[in-house]
Amino acid sequence: MIQVWINGKEWQVPEGLTMIQAMWHTGHEVIHGIGCLGGVCGACAAVYRMPGNFHLYNALACQTLVKEGMAFSLIASYPTQRAHYDIETIPDAKEGLFELYPESATCRNCNACTEVCPQGIDVRTSVWQAAFGDFKGVAETTMSCVMCGLCVSRCIAEMAPHEIALYARRAYGSRELPFPENLRQRIEAVESGSFDKELERLAQLSPDQLKTECGVK
Amino acid sequence: MTTETSSLSNPYDHLPSFDPEDPPPVASPEREELLRRYYPDYRPDRKTTLRVGPNKGEVIPDEIASILESRSLLGSTAMPPLPGVPDTEVDLLVIGGGGAGIMASIFAQQAGANVLLTTKLRVGDSNTVMAEGGIQVALGDDDSPVRHFKDAYRGGHFTGEPELLSVLVREGPDVIAWLVKKGVLFDRDPSGNLSLRKGGGTSRPRLISAKDYTGLEIVRVLKEDLMNSGVSIWEFSPAVELLQGPEGSCAGAILRDVDNGTLKWVKANAVLLATGGTGRLHIGDFATSNHFGATGDGLVMAYRMGAKLLNMESFQYHPTGVIYPSEMAGMLITEAVRGAGARMFNRSGKRFVPELETRDVVAAAIIRECEEGRGVRTPSGHHGVYLDLTSIDREMGEGTVERRFPNIVKLMGKHQVDCTKQPILVYPTLHYQNGGIASDTAGHTSIPGLYVAGEVSGGVHGKNRLMGNSLLEVFVYGRRVGLISADEARNRKPFSWHEVSLGHVERFHRELDREFPGTPLSEAPVLFPDYRKHSHHASS
Repeated sequence: MIQVWINGKEWQVPEGLTMIQAMWHTGHEVIHGIGCLGGVCGACAAVYRMPGNFHLYNALACQTLVKEGMAFSLIASYPTQRAHYDIETIPDAKEGLFELYPESATCRNCNACTEVCPQGIDVRTSVWQAAFGDFKGVAETTMSCVMCGLCVSRCIAEMAPHEIALYARRAYGSRELPFPENLRQRIEAVESGSFDKELERLAQLSPDQLKTECGVK
Repeated sequence: MTTETSSLSNPYDHLPSFDPEDPPPVASPEREELLRRYYPDYRPDRKTTLRVGPNKGEVIPDEIASILESRSLLGSTAMPPLPGVPDTEVDLLVIGGGGAGIMASIFAQQAGANVLLTTKLRVGDSNTVMAEGGIQVALGDDDSPVRHFKDAYRGGHFTGEPELLSVLVREGPDVIAWLVKKGVLFDRDPSGNLSLRKGGGTSRPRLISAKDYTGLEIVRVLKEDLMNSGVSIWEFSPAVELLQGPEGSCAGAILRDVDNGTLKWVKANAVLLATGGTGRLHIGDFATSNHFGATGDGLVMAYRMGAKLLNMESFQYHPTGVIYPSEMAGMLITEAVRGAGARMFNRSGKRFVPELETRDVVAAAIIRECEEGRGVRTPSGHHGVYLDLTSIDREMGEGTVERRFPNIVKLMGKHQVDCTKQPILVYPTLHYQNGGIASDTAGHTSIPGLYVAGEVSGGVHGKNRLMGNSLLEVFVYGRRVGLISADEARNRKPFSWHEVSLGHVERFHRELDREFPGTPLSEAPVLFPDYRKHSHHASS
């Protein structure tokens, strides 16, 4: 058994448990601060410290094993401002960033956002990429963002880097990348009815006939 | 736990050498025998014959029977009286905030309906967000929606509903275009086309993906648009019972605020169930890849109201769930790794099944290897087989695994497994509810006013689903049923609150009393799995 502090209270738990499992083990009902349990939904942001070490660490509680002496708390939700926009109709996507998130140009380069990110994203770089209009760069830098909001909790410029990155990725996908040609052609073929007759015919077949038609790869 | 762990060796200490020789093919009669003997759906153990409700007489897993033949959370016999007026009235109540619920709400709102979306956790907390591998959409030159249809029908062992499938493959490309225009970043090939990858059981490469973050990438975008759409959103407010209106129709639902326990009575002209799947019921004690809220709540409420279920004995045990380290048990390793060339090996380093067979066949083969002593034992006493990704880098170039599957590399790395160099130990994980509430191509159930979309519905996939078709279903049917239910809700004949009741629940309770006199029955919907009491599940 190892000793941990959960929300400031001391407990003994077995080794080999994640933070969330340690909370279950000690009888906590976790509803806020739990989601996919697979490390992608960002519901279980947590903050922790280790004994004899002044550093403040962050993690996703469903993916992080407890260790001897660990003191952790869930940050189930961190308040943010979310911009209101329609990505398809913003007149100028690059200018749009500064209208929606004027604070995005005020990064003071402290790098705390990068240090706090449980996904290991270089968040500071993504903020600068966004400010310089390199939305493709933002997309590459932030693809693994789970929107947990821990970066917001540390930003001394009080911005929400994960929301800014979301805007930049969407602007890149919706407004900068050309629409995929293979998709465009297939939609035209579908809309011109190229497949309707055959699909209707298949749907009318008896189960046995359909089995024969579909049986071979 | 600690002593048990240390007395057994780390399964990585003695890796066999992997023999690259092709696995034996699985011919047709052998295939059926393999499924019958090893696939959980076809085994007779842990099954119950339903005695109550529209599917009376059908044989389904114990855990599903236990939630269907259950009592209401609102009381074991009589129901609470209705308040004088409902807490709110809407055209469309969408229950569930995953992919299908979000899509339906956005489109219903755009069509002019007054929409309330209610969900048990946060918007987006769902199986959709966890989808790794991709979406099937027939875009290749030598591919077509017709081929897609045939593959899906064959993959479902000829048990899917042809009309549902036909809509799925026909509307697929258009719904993907909508996602692209909203800024969803699917992977592109050098010419700017959507990249197409191979999945199990298909005749053409047809999977589009966003690395191995496909569901996450889509949900991030859709959630933002939903939040900005004007749809009313109640989070942490699961539905606990449907409300009945005139002539056995559905007329709304009762929601429970999980933070203060209050009930919210919602009168609605249409109710769309998008409550997802059932993995957190741990059928057959399997670990699951599903999110925390996957407890089949929609099935329970609809069944009490008399909605017919389809293929409710059929579940997808995804072949490759992590089985070691134990704290990760159940977590999915996408089939796309096998599409890219990953191989599976048993304890002696032999391949034992073609890696791109349908999911049920691959899962059955893994269970066979483990039950016949050819599995690898983990320190906690479970068994698994090796899933080796290193062949991907050898065949497609160094760095491919890292580039294509960054999420898997990251998650395994957090648990000290470098899957670019080491195999992953896997065993089937409870992944998907193939069956569900029966519906037509408009999402109509057998109850007027009650609609379904997504995993809670049954029929599209028959008794086995191919990779990438559920994500497509969520978006095609989410949009489609959202639009249809919005339209029908606004044109529904008006009815008054005095015509609304919980009579169907009281009738269901009386039926239970007749069939199970003196037998204590569980209460449902389950809402949240409780791992505090069942410590053997704590790692799942």
